[in-house]
This record gives sequence, C-alpha cells and structure tokens, in this order.
Amino acid sequence: MSTLLLLLITGVGLGALYFLVASGLSLIYGLMGVLNFAHGSFLTLAGFLGWEVGRRVGDGTWGGLLAGMLVGLVVGALVAAVTELVFIRRLYQRHIEQVLVTVGLGLATVALFEGIWGTDPIRIAKPAWLGGTTDVLGASVPNDRWLLIGAAAVVLGLIVLFLRATPYGLVIRAGVENRTMVTALGIDVRRAFTVVFAIGGAAAGLGGVLASVYYGQVSAHQGTSLLIYAFIVTVIGGLGSLAGAAVASVLVAVIQQLANFYLGGTGDLAVVLALAAVLLVRPRGLLGKAAAR
Amino acid sequence: MSAVLEVRGLSARIAGQQVVEDVAFDVAAQGVTALLGRNGVGKSSTIKALLGILERTGEVVFDGTRIDRMLTHRIVQRGIAYVPEDREVFGSLTVAENLRLAERDGTHRDAVARLFPELDERAAQQAGTLSGGQQQMVSLARALMNDNRLLLVDEPTKGLAPRIVGDVTRALRDAAERTPMLLVEQNLQVVRDLAHTVVVLSGGRVVHTGPAAEFLDSPLVHRHLGVAGAEEAA
Ligand SMILES: Nc1ncnc2c1ncn2[C@@H]1O[C@H](COP(=O)(O)OP(=O)(O)OP(=O)(O)O)[C@@H](O)[C@H]1O
Ligand SMILES: [Mg+2]
Repeated sequence: MSTLLLLLITGVGLGALYFLVASGLSLIYGLMGVLNFAHGSFLTLAGFLGWEVGRRVGDGTWGGLLAGMLVGLVVGALVAAVTELVFIRRLYQRHIEQVLVTVGLGLATVALFEGIWGTDPIRIAKPAWLGGTTDVLGASVPNDRWLLIGAAAVVLGLIVLFLRATPYGLVIRAGVENRTMVTALGIDVRRAFTVVFAIGGAAAGLGGVLASVYYGQVSAHQGTSLLIYAFIVTVIGGLGSLAGAAVASVLVAVIQQLANFYLGGTGDLAVVLALAAVLLVRPRGLLGKAAAR
Repeated sequence: MSAVLEVRGLSARIAGQQVVEDVAFDVAAQGVTALLGRNGVGKSSTIKALLGILERTGEVVFDGTRIDRMLTHRIVQRGIAYVPEDREVFGSLTVAENLRLAERDGTHRDAVARLFPELDERAAQQAGTLSGGQQQMVSLARALMNDNRLLLVDEPTKGLAPRIVGDVTRALRDAAERTPMLLVEQNLQVVRDLAHTVVVLSGGRVVHTGPAAEFLDSPLVHRHLGVAGAEEAA
C-alpha cells in the first residue's frame, strides 16, 4: 500500500515536470500549428544558466535555487521569444519549414551546450531538505517531488488565469480555434505567437532548473530526453489542449512509474503502448479538438 | 458612381487549383454591390482573396491604396469588415468575448445591441451552443459594431428561417446606408431588396456586370445562376 502510494506521488511529481515542458508545446501547436522541436533546448539552456547563477548566489541553498528558478523562467521566456521572432516569424504559415528550423535549432544548440559545458552530466548541489523524504501514510516521499508538484500547479494556475482574464489570453483562445478569423477581425495574431512562445519557454525554463534538481545533475541532453516524453504527453492529451496536457502528464508519468516497478522496468514501453492505444481509440487525444485552422 | 474598391486581374489558387481567375470589378462607394454565381464558382474565394486570406495575385485598390500585398489584419484595420460564409464565430468563447475580440473602435456598439437584443441576453453563453440564426447575429454584430468603410458579407441568410432572413436583411440595409457593401447572396429576393449593381461570376471569371434589377428581370439570371433563377420565379 505504501509502495503504491509512493509510486503515485512520485509519478505525479514526474508528471509535473512533463507538464512544464508539455504545456508550452501544446499551446504553441494549438495556436500556430508548429511542432517546436527546439523546446528542449530552451529547457537545457535555462537549466545550465539557472545552475550557473544559482551556485554563485549560494550553492546548495534555497536562495541559490530560487535565483536559479527565476533565471530559468526569464531565460526560457527570452530565448523562446527570440526564437519565434527571428526564426519562426519569417516562415509564417510554412509549417514544414518551421519544423525543419526547430529541429535544426534543437540539434545545433545541443552541440553548442556540449561545447560550453562538456558532454558529461554535471552533478549539482541542492538544499538539504530537498534531498530528504517526508512520511506520507508510511510512504517515504522524496521532498523534491513536492517542489515539482507545487511549481507545476502554480504554472498551470497562472497560465489558466492569463488565458481567461487578459486580452492576449482572449486572442490566444480564439486563435487556437480559428486563427484565420482572428486576423480577419483585424488582429495581428503573430503578436500572440510571440507571447505564447514566451510563456511556453518560461515554463520549460523553470522545468529545466527543476529537472536538474530532480535528476541531481545538468546535462546538454536533459532537454532532448524530456522533450520526447513531453511530445508523447502532448499527443495523448490532445494537441492544443492545456487541460489535456495536464491530465496526460500525470497519466504518463504514473503509468511509467508503475510499469517500472511492477513490470520489471518496462516504463518506457508502457508509455509507448499507452500512446499507441490513445492514437488508435481517440486519434485527437484525450481532450483534443479538431485541428486548428 | 465612384468606386471604393477596384479589383483588376485578381487570381487565387487553392491547393494548386485556380479558383479565382483574372477577376475585375468595382465595388461602388455607396450601397450594395452583389457578387453572384452558381455554387462553387469562386464567390467566397474572391472575397477571401480580397482580404488576403487566400494567397492572390493582381491589383486591389481600396480608397486609393493598393491592398493586394497587405496582410489580412492590416487590410481589416483600414476599415474592411468581413462576415464569412459559415459565420465562423468562436464556439468556445462566450458571445461577449466574441464581440469584445471584434471591437476595433466600437462606434456602433450600442446600435448593434439594439439591433440584436438577444445577444445581450446571451452574453455569457458559449457561442458554439447558439442556434444558427443567433450565430449569424454574432457574426454580423462583430462586423457592424465598428466604423467600417467597406463590408464584405458572404451569404448572410444561408440556412436561416424566413423570419430571421427578414431581420438580417433589415440589418444589412441599415448598415448599407452608411457603409458600402459587397454582398454574396443566393436569395435573389434579398439581392433585389438590397443591391443596385450585380457582378456575376462563372468558373472563377466575371461574366456579367450591370444594374441589379435589369439583370434579375432578364433571361441572363437563368443562364448564369441556373437553379437559383427558378427560385426567383416562385
Ligand atoms: N479548401 C479547399 N480545398 C479545395 N478546393 C476548394 C477549397 N475551398 C474551395 N475550393 C474550391 O474552390 C472553388 C470555389 O469555391 P468557393 O467557396 O469560392 O465557391 P462559392 O462560389 O463561394 O460557392 P458557394 O456558392 O457554394 O458558397 C470550388 O470549386 C471549391 O470546390
Ligand atoms: Mg461561398
């Protein structure tokens, strides 16, 4: 019983990490129809820079971690916004080229990160409490999971608030449904593209810093490996659906944890099978709508 | 009569297929110019090409300015409002949100609220759950609430009950008194009520241009509109 509980809570923690990456992917695809393969690089760069700043502020302290998280948010948002303005914007409505550019960016930046920070993962220090555990009904839950869950919940809440209560949010929700009609109302939908990239980048950047806490290391490949799960989550949840991404993040991570423990380390296989099952039964994903125009 | 919109050599393709071919016509600076033709001749595509929703070539001059290379939102910002064929309200947004999104200057917001009081009552309802007629009201209200210099209206009465067709016709006549309009309409009674000039398309090309009443009373109406002409007799 306590094992199951442990796996569930750990799974939700990992799901929180997936969500931080998948939320941006899903929003970007929903509004612009772009599969952003550079998203993992936003995460990795934010992870490295967050760590660089954090350890200078206070290695292994809360102050250092908070500074790192802040840097992660800002770096993620800036890099994503610049990527949209410089690379994606020029290829307005040319989806194949957009995908090729983001794939190229993803590959090139990983090589760049390896050049700067080396090919081996770097172990990082974190606040002592995060390395400990909390007893929940007999299950010893690693404390860093609470941080992940809390951060993802706050991010989800803020994105929902932004979408519901701001003029940009209104444009984005309308654009996800029918981009052409938004422009036909005289609205420059491309500005919403930049905003969505920035929001997605900020979430991924925070995810990058928290991923380094979760794995205890930063590496040039952190983003790439998380991106694969985030894409699976996005497809299962329904491309373009934020709620779908939230539900699917937790679902995928919990399935992964359970299969790893009870079915002899078959977590990745189970995730792929879940993906196949969803695609067969409900190709648009759990909460996906018809494709955006 | 002077023209607010001059279209010359306009062509557009969809998926490699030519759907608008070397089209030329004027939209008069006053009243309603109707764009007619059988199903699939390219009326909606012509309007989309004017707005840059479809990629196009050719020359489009609006109030003395070339707009044929502008992005859609810039064209609309110059004062061209669009009521699309299938309403295209944002179904997941409320009625109020649909209207708020469409507000550029909102000059005629109160007049529109008086015109469609139902929309006020249903402000918080998801637009996707409205009836077809109510959705058309949202779509019209989005266009009519601003101070426009040209209205592009694509089949506003399509699929509406006769009583609502009357409401919509009145709303359009009202709007046309202050703003010139290019109207695509299959219901020839509505065309007769509103339009002074017709432009008739066939196979993506203009085949006739002239006064509306003269065209509607001539045998040309049967030749160019076929089945639609029979409706006129009824
Ligand atoms: N998305 C599309 N893909 C392929 N062909 C299209 C598409 N949209 C329109 N067409 C074709 O372009 C041609 C012109 O279509 P358009 O909608 O402009 O006609 P229309 O005159 O508005 O017809 P209707 O009276 O039925 O509204 C038609 O032959 C149609 O089949
Ligand atoms: Mg049409």
